[in-house]
Amino acid sequence: MLQETTEVAPRLKEPGEGLALALTATLKRDLVLMLRRRGEVLNPLVFFALVITLFPVGISPDPDLLALIAPGLLWVAALLAALLSLDSLFRSDFDDGSLEQLLLAPQPLAALTLAKVAVHWLLTGLPLALMAPILGIMLALPAGSYLVLAVSLALGSATLSLIGAIGAALTVGLARGGVLLSLLVLPLYIPVLIFGAGAVQAAIAGDSVSAHLAILGALLAAALMLAPWAIAASLRISING
Amino acid sequence: MWAFIHKLGSPKWFYGISAKLEPWFWVAAALLIVAGTVWGLAFAPADYQQGNSFRIIYVHVPAAFLAQSIFVSMAVAGLVFMVWKIKVADMAAAVMAPLGAAMTFVSLFSGAVWGVPTWGTWWMWDARLTSMLILLFLYLGVIALRGAFTSRDSASRAASVLAMVGVINIPIIKYSVDWWYTLHQPASFTMTSRPAMPTEMWLPLLIMVLGFYSFFIALTLMRTRNEILRRESNKRWVRELVQEA
Repeated sequence: MLQETTEVAPRLKEPGEGLALALTATLKRDLVLMLRRRGEVLNPLVFFALVITLFPVGISPDPDLLALIAPGLLWVAALLAALLSLDSLFRSDFDDGSLEQLLLAPQPLAALTLAKVAVHWLLTGLPLALMAPILGIMLALPAGSYLVLAVSLALGSATLSLIGAIGAALTVGLARGGVLLSLLVLPLYIPVLIFGAGAVQAAIAGDSVSAHLAILGALLAAALMLAPWAIAASLRISING
Repeated sequence: MWAFIHKLGSPKWFYGISAKLEPWFWVAAALLIVAGTVWGLAFAPADYQQGNSFRIIYVHVPAAFLAQSIFVSMAVAGLVFMVWKIKVADMAAAVMAPLGAAMTFVSLFSGAVWGVPTWGTWWMWDARLTSMLILLFLYLGVIALRGAFTSRDSASRAASVLAMVGVINIPIIKYSVDWWYTLHQPASFTMTSRPAMPTEMWLPLLIMVLGFYSFFIALTLMRTRNEILRRESNKRWVRELVQEA
């Protein structure tokens, strides 16, 4: 019975060229939308700087002590700043219904969400990574580790965006998903934190950082491969619920 | 085989077969846990380094085993639910989560109590302790996510996705935490580096592990049966069952 209908029905057109078109359209749309709400782009950066300011005030202004804990502090603060921006990743699209249009599109949802995550990384992870060395100076981060800090954050925050998008997609339909989102996502962030902060510490100690960066890259590759499916499935659940 | 799986998916059939299986697992759990406890606490020889405090192992290790296996079973049940839409699998996953979280807590707590006489502290940022703590947070996340949805179907599917994401991450977390620990400080003591246990020590442990697993199966069957009655309460066979009783 099922076979007959597939033979009779006209074959669906392959969305080959359409996929590239839809991807660039989603990228462009999200970039434009985000750049029009500059406050939302700047908030995580301000939050990052503020949290970094709290630590010398709360612990000690002693540069030796700060230098010791700076890699971990910078990484944790950047991670929290990235987490803060996650809630808005799908929120406005969910509210105005454009998320449903994304679900109805003939192109695979997993690919389209990847474009949205890419925009999120471009406007959150990358700026955080570029800003981290400046805050590193303020925390007396030892010389020679600044480039590694920026590179590890840029690599790691892409993984954070991908994993975080799963949590954001699962909680987007909930009225107060914010705290739940951090509960879901933070445990999954730990491997990235370990290897990201580890890379900076290895650079300070004068060890080779390639192992840490390679593992961060491997985590990103795995997340790129698996996360889009989980994000797409979660979005479908949130829309139907 | 397929017919069997298909039948297992029917709540009514599962309710019947689990009623027959459940008492056996309860009996096995009671016998094994009592035997293991008496043997482990009273008859097994004291450790030559740790004295009698090592006997916490008879609770600690089975709880830690269960904590990890329950998360995996929960994710497998989630996968079965997502792929074949078998409702019983989701009910089982739903009732397993609190038990898994409780077992994770028991293993952390008994580890802390054990840490006082052996390490002189309640808490160490040891690799195993840290990954168990993260596992507890993963459990809490799954339970909280299931509770946050108003629609049951969405809650089930969301919890299934999260359990599967978690189970992929557990080995990554475990290995990265092991790596982090070895980077920071050399292993001064680990729980496994004691000399190989003599038979009279590990045999009661094995019995306890089997007992805990039987307990887990029995409790899951019981709670799944309750969940079936709760969710299928508007079905005719459930109403007839209630009227008979």
